[in-house]
This record gives sequence, structure tokens and C-alpha cells, in this order.
Amino acid sequence: MTRRDARAQRDVRKEVFIEPIPELGLITMDGPTDPRPGITIDGGVISEIDGVSADDFDIIDRFLAGHGIDAGIAVEAMGIPDLDLARMLVSVDVPRADLVRLSAGLTPAKLAKVVSLLDPVEMMYALKKLRARRSPANQAHVTNRKENPALLAADAAEAAARGFAEIETTVGVARYAPFNAIAILVGSQAGRPGVLTQCAVEERRNLHLGLRGLTTYSETLSVYGTAGALIDGDDTPWSKAFLASAYASRGIKVRFTSGTGSEALMGHADGCSMLYLEARCLAMIRGAGSQGVQNGSISLVALPLALPGGSRVILAENLIAAWLGLEVASGNDAISSHSPIRKTAKLMGQLLPGTDFITSGYSVMPRYDNVFGGGNYDAEDLDEWAIIQRDWQVDGGIEPLSEDAAIEVRRRGALAIQAVFAGLGFPPITDVEVETAVTGFDSTAMPDRDRSADAAAADRAVADGVSGADVAIALSAAAFDDIAEAVLGMQRLRVSADYLQTSAIVDAAWTVRSAINEPNDYTGPGTGYRLEGDRWELLRTLPHQQDAADLAAAAGPGGVTRWDVGPAGTSSDPLDVVIAVGPGYMGILGSTIAGHGHPAVLAAISDGVTAGGGHPRFVRVLRTADLAFIGHDAAVLAGSGVAIGLQSKGTAVIHQSDLEPLDNLELFSMAPLLTLDAYYAIGENAASYALGTAPSPVPIEIDNYARAKLIVKTTLMHARESEAVTPDAEPVEFDLEFTEG
Amino acid sequence: MRPFDPSADYPLGSERPDLITTPSGMPLGALTVDALVGGTIPQGDLRATAETLGMQAAVARANGRADLAENLERAAELTAIPDEMILDIYTALRPRRSSAHDLEALATRLEHDHLAVSVAAFIREAAVAYADRGLLA
Repeated sequence: MTRRDARAQRDVRKEVFIEPIPELGLITMDGPTDPRPGITIDGGVISEIDGVSADDFDIIDRFLAGHGIDAGIAVEAMGIPDLDLARMLVSVDVPRADLVRLSAGLTPAKLAKVVSLLDPVEMMYALKKLRARRSPANQAHVTNRKENPALLAADAAEAAARGFAEIETTVGVARYAPFNAIAILVGSQAGRPGVLTQCAVEERRNLHLGLRGLTTYSETLSVYGTAGALIDGDDTPWSKAFLASAYASRGIKVRFTSGTGSEALMGHADGCSMLYLEARCLAMIRGAGSQGVQNGSISLVALPLALPGGSRVILAENLIAAWLGLEVASGNDAISSHSPIRKTAKLMGQLLPGTDFITSGYSVMPRYDNVFGGGNYDAEDLDEWAIIQRDWQVDGGIEPLSEDAAIEVRRRGALAIQAVFAGLGFPPITDVEVETAVTGFDSTAMPDRDRSADAAAADRAVADGVSGADVAIALSAAAFDDIAEAVLGMQRLRVSADYLQTSAIVDAAWTVRSAINEPNDYTGPGTGYRLEGDRWELLRTLPHQQDAADLAAAAGPGGVTRWDVGPAGTSSDPLDVVIAVGPGYMGILGSTIAGHGHPAVLAAISDGVTAGGGHPRFVRVLRTADLAFIGHDAAVLAGSGVAIGLQSKGTAVIHQSDLEPLDNLELFSMAPLLTLDAYYAIGENAASYALGTAPSPVPIEIDNYARAKLIVKTTLMHARESEAVTPDAEPVEFDLEFTEG
Repeated sequence: MRPFDPSADYPLGSERPDLITTPSGMPLGALTVDALVGGTIPQGDLRATAETLGMQAAVARANGRADLAENLERAAELTAIPDEMILDIYTALRPRRSSAHDLEALATRLEHDHLAVSVAAFIREAAVAYADRGLLA
């Protein structure tokens, strides 16, 4: 293969990269024809926004003049120079509340212009400061291709147990909506009480699910930044704002959805940059009275990422949303790249500062079962996510969960939905379905259900008005008392409506935590949310982390007897080759880092020395654990002047008495790669040096990951060997007798 | 009874449960699984009242979220509107669905029959904007 072919076959080269085309809206920010920021106010009425006068206002400008921009603040806010505002965004001395107040007086062009003055780290810093809720959180996606309710419930239960604050499902077949909503409601509450759930379907069905208490939030309200795109989407700012009020009237939390690239995709960008149009969306969303937004390009993420500044513009739009005081569910849900490097580099923009919801949906199932179109991060990536949190000491909203705990909570969720289906007279969920949902990898293993019977039963559930209360009653009848209580708790939330406030989530003790009672109070080092204490301990403790004591434990050397002959003397035998081990060898430690038992290694080397014509002699060096000195001390004793030094972890050297201690004849520093054959060859070569012949160097395998895998074990084994050192002790000669094998 | 303080009484569910009831008047504390199973909670009663949403609007306003407050005030009025009518109003507000007369009739009905004054004003505001921008039927 040529260099060219090798590079062209990289996954990232499947992606398309183009230069900006401003006239099509294919430019991330600072478009050449973006309007200049400006506002005119006559008698308290906004008569011009960003160069457009009232007579020429489109439907969005018109709405912003009445709702999105506060004329009372605009003169003050618009009068602050762009760079001054940009510097205020990153100043520890300007608190969030001041910036959010000023944002109400800023036009979309001004918001976009100011944010475009920040580099990525400045944007991250500003986002950390402006996030609405004090602590970050995360949202999960739960779906499967067979829409199997037991599997949905099991996955929702696991997601809840992993700490997700919200869980979203959707449907492949629209008629399944009530079943899917019930499955994740029951599953989530089996996993952790208080997790909010939604089922993304068409508005009429969506509202129906909410007002029956089968869901508690909705983020289906999409808006676009040009009048053409908005009207193509069959909405106006007033129709969307009305819908938001309608959801709130039924006690359902709402966030809007917007994101860079949608206008360009719909052919309605009007020659404007993505960030400017998104700023228009966000001003409209706030004006509509939404508590929050899901943005960050969302399902179109690959479009801005095809352009220069793609990751940066997505971070910028998250930042504008936070600046406007909105809750932000910051994308990272749809597949953004073929390249794990590239998508995770993009993720850092949201993960490190922390947003209200780091992802707008982390796929807790394998990618195959994600019917949102595949997740950017999936079940298989959960360990990586946890480790990245641990690496940075950053809270990404996902808690590590052992496989045993996951199985337990999955079973609870699957059994509960089985009971609910039975109690409500839906087509039964079999025990095989439950068990497969609990332990299977994805829906391919799930038994097929009678889908027409399910759809018909789901239609009846709609017609009968099956509600969250009915689900709680069914759970209670089946003696799932705590889950019944939790499902009722979700209904109670709708009565007090506290979770309609900005950025609300609900903890397991039913405390609503929002930007009202837990506002982000970050004002620099020593303030705000920091991952520490119990939460840090929880997030950093990986289920698969190892006990350091086990890594360097002595393995009892079976089948061999070692006895000390006495103090090691100098030999006059010109064929004498000393094989010298460290102080922990066959004592405090029993095998090398590659897993070879210490006696077997000695036998291999000894056999090699003999085969090469030398006379092997075993010596234990006690005064040092350092390989160079073990080898050199031994070489001084050897009649041939040649010795092999060997640490307990298996690192070896061939040394010669007339060399400086830190010099050597051959060094075998990568102990994990040394086989018994290699040790034999080391012995053979040492004998050759003793005989004065010139051997070929011992061939060594290469594993570039050996260090990454084994550096911890190396450190711990060396520490143990060092513990065994007896300063000033003389070397001891020993012998071995193999009693078996 | 201590008066409601929107800048201190949030979350209402835990700080002021004395002020919260269901539409039928049941207090939060009475909403138990036993009550549910025993049938004492009327169907459709597990939702916020207009009064509760009005208090949440006041909380939003006291915390600098005037737009959210207006949304919640409209929501409070919509608690009295039947589900089907809600969806019909949404449809009527979509582009080119309604004439100026249709929207005015809707606003008048909301105002008179359901006392939904701010929703009516919102619809009238839309009607003027739609007329200017060619979005009426």
C-alpha cells in the first residue's frame, strides 16, 4: 500500500470538507453579509433591529420586537462595545446574573458578533460561568429496533441508575407511542425515582402522552432562524409560543430545539451565517417563554463540521443560549464524525465547562438499537465516558455502574413493565422476553412480539385514556410498591409544577433542582460547582479498576525448591556465568510482569547458558533493586566477567565486569515482551560473550502498547522489589531443584 | 396563612405545600398510592391548577425571567381550556390557517368563555403580525 492510499483509507476521510459558501448559508460565523448589530427605539418601541426597520420586519423580527428583546435594557446593553462585552463574558468579576440581564437587550447580530470574538477556551470559560444550573447533568436516549417494552424498560432502568436526569425515547411506528412512553416511565422509576421522561412524537400525540401523565417533558418544539425556514416548518413564533404554553398548562416541562445548519439545509439561510441565524432562534425561544433549548446543531452536526470552525460555532451557539439564561441541552447526541478522535475533541467544548445536559441524548443502548439515527456515544462507550470524567475530574453526568448492579436494576425494570402490561390488559410480556432484555446485548436477541396486536392495544390505550395514575395502580397491585410510589411522584410533580422553572431536574429525594434554587454561582476559582467529595469518589471509582495489592502479589512458586548455598564468592572458572536476581525474586514476588514463574525464567536462562557452553551459577543481590547494579555486582563475581542481571518483574541485562555499571552488553528493558525462549537466548548470548565469541542480539517482539498496559504494574512491582532491599548486604549464592514438571 | 413570597417560596412543593392543591382541591399530601388505589383521586386530577401556574409565573418574574413568566401566565389560563380546543388553537395559529376574522373570533371566545385574557391578547397580536406578513388564510 502506498502512503497516499493508507491516508485515504482513514475513517475520517469518508467525511466531506468544503470551503464556506456564504450565499447558501454554509459559513459558520462572521458571514460577509451578516447584518451589523444595531437597534433603534422610538418612544419605548423598537423600530429597527440589526439594520432592518419596522416596515421591513419579517415575522421573526416582529416577534423579537415584542418579546425577544427588552427595549428597556437595549439602549444600555447595545451601547457596550463588542469587545467590552466579550471581555465581560470571561471576567470573574462580572457575575452571571449581570450578563443574563444585559443579554435581554441585545440583538441577534450583537450576540453573534460578541461571541465570535472569543477563542474556544474563552468560550468554554464563559459557558462554565453562564450555565443556568449549578451542577451539570445528562440526558439518555432509550430505544430499540423491535420497540420491545421489556428491553425499553430495562435500558431505561439502567440509564436511570447511571444517573441520567432525563430519558428520551421515540417510536419507529407512531402508534406504539403510549407503550414506549409507559415502558420508559416504568423503567426509569424502577432505576431511580425522579428521572424525567419524554417520547418524541408528532405534537398531537406528544401532548396527549403528556397530559395523561405518561411523560413529563418535551423537546420537540423546533424553530428556525429565518422566516422562510420557519414557515416551511409550518409554524410561526406565535404558534410555537402557544404550544409551549399549552404544554406548561398540562404541567409538562418544555425545551425548544434549534441548531446551526438547519436553515442552510432547508434552503432558507438568506445568505447569513449559521451563528447569526441561531442567535435569532435563541432570542425567539427566550421570547416565547421557553425555560430552555436543545441546541448544538443536534441532528445536523455534520453540516457545520464540514466547514472551517465547525466545532467552534457549535460551542458558540451553546454559549449564546446560556447567556440568554436558557437551560441548554448541548447536543453531542447525533453521530458527528466517523472518527472517535474528532468527535471526542468536539465533545470537550461541552464536557469540560459542563452544561445543563452535556448531551441531548446519550445512547445507553448499542448503536444498532438507536432509532434516532445512531448515537454519537453508545452503550459500548460508557466505560470511556466514565474514564474521561475521571481523567479530567469533571462531572459529565454519568455514574459508573457495575455489571452486577446493571443486571439487577435491568431485571427490576423489566419485571415491573411485565406486571404493568399484565395489569392493564396489554399483550403479555413473557418471562423469556424479560430474561433476554436483562442479559442480552441488543434487540436482535429479543423474541419477536405480535406487532399488530401491540399496535391495536396501544390504540386502545389511547382511546381509553390510560394514564400515569393507571400505571401506578397496576404497579401497586403487583406489589411493586416503591415503583408505584415513584410513578405517582412523577404525577405529583405536575401538580406543584416546580419543574417548569429554568433547568429543572429532580433528584431521588424528589427535590426539584433548578436555576431558581440552585443557580450557577461560579465566579472564579474556589466558587461554583466543583467535582469533589462524595460525588468525586462516586465518579472516579470504576467498577473494573484493580486493587493495587493484587497487581504486585507474590505468586507461590510451585514445584521448585530453592536453598541458599552461602555468601557468593568470586569464581576463577573462565566459563562461570552468574545469573543474578533482585532481592524480591522468588520471595516477595513470584512471577515476572509477563506472567512467567520465576523458577521457569531461571531454568530457561540457565539452560541457555549451558547450551552456549557456559557454566551457570545463581546469585541473589540484596543491596539494590536497580538492574544495572544487580548485573554489574554479578559480573564482578563471575569467573568469565559476564553475568545476567534479572529483576523480579523480568527486566534483564547482560553485563560485563569491566564496563561502567550503567553501561551493558545487551539490555532487555521491555519485560512484558520477553518469552521463555527469549530468556533462553539471553542465557545463550551471555555464554557466547563469556567464550569471547560475538553473538547476534536476541530478537525481541515489539508491542507499542506494552507501556500503556503495564506501566502501573511495573511501578508497583518495582516498589515491592525495592521494599526487599537490605542495604550493604552481600550477595548470596543459591541453587534450585525442580521437583516436578 | 403566611403570604406567598415568589422570591423565597420555591420549590412550592416542599416550601409551600399549603398553597398547592389539585384542580379538585386535594392537597399534595393526600396524593398517595393508597388514595389512588382507593379511587379518591378523581381522574385527570393530577395536574397543576391555574393558581399554581400563576405562582410559578411570579417565581419566574422574581428571578428575572419575564418571558417565562408570561408563558406560565398564558399556561395558567389554558388550564381551563379542553384538550381538543388547545390543539385547535395551535392549528389556527399555524401559517395561513386562519383569516383575521377567525383569529378575532377565537380571541373573543377565549376571553369571554374562558377568561383567557392574555392568550386572547397574544392571538390578537399574532393576527396583526400575520396580516402584515401575509400569513393569514
